[in-house]
Amino acid sequence: MELQPWMVLIVSMIVFGIGLLGVMIRKNLLIMLMCIELMLNGVNLSFVAFSKIHHLIEGDLTVLFVMTVAAAESAVGLGLVIALFRTLRTADSDQIQMLRD
Amino acid sequence: MNLSLFAFSIFSTIAVVGSLLVVLRRNPVGSAFALVLVFFSFAGIYAVMGAHLIAALQILVYTGAIMVLFVFVIMLLNQDVPIHDLEENSALFKGVVGLAVLGLVFILIKTVLRARDLVPTGELSDEKIEAMGGNVRVISESLFSDHAFHFELTSFLILGAIVATVALAKRKSALGGNS
Repeated sequence: MELQPWMVLIVSMIVFGIGLLGVMIRKNLLIMLMCIELMLNGVNLSFVAFSKIHHLIEGDLTVLFVMTVAAAESAVGLGLVIALFRTLRTADSDQIQMLRD
Repeated sequence: MNLSLFAFSIFSTIAVVGSLLVVLRRNPVGSAFALVLVFFSFAGIYAVMGAHLIAALQILVYTGAIMVLFVFVIMLLNQDVPIHDLEENSALFKGVVGLAVLGLVFILIKTVLRARDLVPTGELSDEKIEAMGGNVRVISESLFSDHAFHFELTSFLILGAIVATVALAKRKSALGGNS
């Protein structure tokens, strides 16, 4: 039995789902950012699998661009977490409620 | 069962278990190290699939750059203590969210399994890529000819990210030192 691209697609979907679950049930901002990275990685894997299925190279190229966006996103996101921590002394997303009251 | 399928099953098991650990660990440092494990096993899956450039970049960019940033911020914020945010949510909420995500993943997998009988539309099959000089060469030639504009656009994105990060870091002086 050979390695088929659809097996890779199943793994990518499972990892994406776990990342989504983490973003929704965790409240710590750092772990939420890590779960976003998990989701991005799952999508990257499906891009590579689809470019293998379709015999195209554009999927691999898209992964390069997604990696650039992910690096920029995590740099800015972690900067925001640090700025929030300076103001609120916490990294809990439930404590961010300045606009609520 | 050949070697690539064997390697893929090991890497994917590590990836799924590691990503569950990322979500369920109390300590952010534990989550970060589980995430490193996931990134490495993803690089292994890319290598098994023949996407060698992506595998190398996965290790360089994710494990080398992004994870260092995460661990550095954990250290900076003194977050290396157990966090009990998972218990604060009610069991009902967690159950509903878990079931919804499970259903979503089930639908996604069911949709994706139709990819088994897709007919390839492109012409770059594995043998063709091998004949054209390998995966890295084909990606580079496409990136610097057909997609050169998008490649240049990413430099603007990175420039914007640099400006945003510096603006966030220098927040104190910009706002007149009120924080």
